[in-house]
Amino acid sequence: MNWQEFFAMGGYAFYVWTSYAVTFIVLLANIIIPIVRRRQFLRQQALKQKRQGTL
Amino acid sequence: MFLIPDPVVRFFHRMASPPHFYALTERLMPWLTVIFLLLLTAGLYGGLYLAPPDYQQGDSYRIIYIHVPSAWMSLFIYVVMAVAGGIGLVWRIKLAEIVAVSSAPVGAGFTFIALVTGSLWGKPMWGTWWVWDARLTSELILLFLYLGVIGLYGAIDDKRTASKAVAILALVGVVNIPIIHYSVEWWNTLHQGPTVTKMDKPSIHVSMLIPLLLMAVAFKFYYLIAMLQRARIELLSRERNAQWVKSMAALGVER
Amino acid sequence: MKPARKQRLILIALMLMGAGFAAGFALKSFNENLMYFFSTTDVVEGKAPEDALFRLGGMVVKGSVERPGDGLMVRFKLTDFSKDVTVEYTGILPDLFREGQGIVAHGRLNAQGVFIAEEVLAKHDENYMPPEVAGSLKTGTNQATGQK
Repeated sequence: MNWQEFFAMGGYAFYVWTSYAVTFIVLLANIIIPIVRRRQFLRQQALKQKRQGTL
Repeated sequence: MFLIPDPVVRFFHRMASPPHFYALTERLMPWLTVIFLLLLTAGLYGGLYLAPPDYQQGDSYRIIYIHVPSAWMSLFIYVVMAVAGGIGLVWRIKLAEIVAVSSAPVGAGFTFIALVTGSLWGKPMWGTWWVWDARLTSELILLFLYLGVIGLYGAIDDKRTASKAVAILALVGVVNIPIIHYSVEWWNTLHQGPTVTKMDKPSIHVSMLIPLLLMAVAFKFYYLIAMLQRARIELLSRERNAQWVKSMAALGVER
Repeated sequence: MKPARKQRLILIALMLMGAGFAAGFALKSFNENLMYFFSTTDVVEGKAPEDALFRLGGMVVKGSVERPGDGLMVRFKLTDFSKDVTVEYTGILPDLFREGQGIVAHGRLNAQGVFIAEEVLAKHDENYMPPEVAGSLKTGTNQATGQK
């Protein structure tokens, strides 16, 4: 089987690859969102402490 | 709960202490990620490349390798969420509450994937994107239950109260789980019956079954990773006034 | 276990039972409406609505598919292995439509008792195998579709 045939998926390329793309995006988002939020949160807390410290 | 020896109880209490749990998730994360990626690679390679095309559906059936494991996860995570919520309600264990609310977005993600990939599979095979049969409708209700849990939790400011409200909603919604599972047997549906969980003769060839099971296990590990990531931020924001969070923020630990 | 916890546990158990009973009764009373399609036996026995659109499910009888005109019109028999119904449909059939395959048709009965379909959906079965394996199996082994 060559690559072209593999990507063609027997004529169902659109359905198969769209499915896999949607899955990939949703799964990745569910990992990245909490990580980004945690970093933001820790940065905010650090800032808050600094402000309280200087007051 | 009644006859558990003291050291075990102490072990669990220590595990459940927020800073300890936070550190534990950090240590587990690389291992879970490696196992997940290995299983995922093996499953995708087996499913997309090694497995032969289906005798009826050709290559379109390869959507099964994400559709079916996602649908299983959507049910599995809901049960975990409801049980954790129930434990949180009865024993007032903070960590159980956190596991329950952290599971909801992951479960909603899998439910969404199951619905979208099912639709993308239904169009070429059934001839339609969507039908209101019992299986598809009950799975859609599951998505709304998840969204309800996420919304309700976000709407209540006091997170301990919010956890209780969410746990009750999750527990009531549990009735939907057997309905989804048995819908294809109780009623006439366009959706076909179960393939893997059926007890008599195997109805999927072994070369197609192995990648499917690999993907199913991979998704279990993914759930652990994604749920624990949610649990970490949830834990930090609940414990924002505790000394361990303060010193972590002060040190600029961003991990 | 502390009494307060026990009480909460009992409360949750009662809540679950209540929800279960409520759902059970609701589903029982809506049972008919939850059926996605009627079987061919239902139609022959007159349980299906007359003069109204409904869905009919069944297996395409082997050797029954014919194209009487020049156009896209197809005529075939559907069966649930006890009663047959003739279906006529004009349009493009889904990829999976073939003899021996389960399908669901949406349409209405005419005066002659022929089901005039406006839409035909294929109902695939739960069996997955490579073409070589399917070829070596005797034909007609995958009949587990649809009818209950």
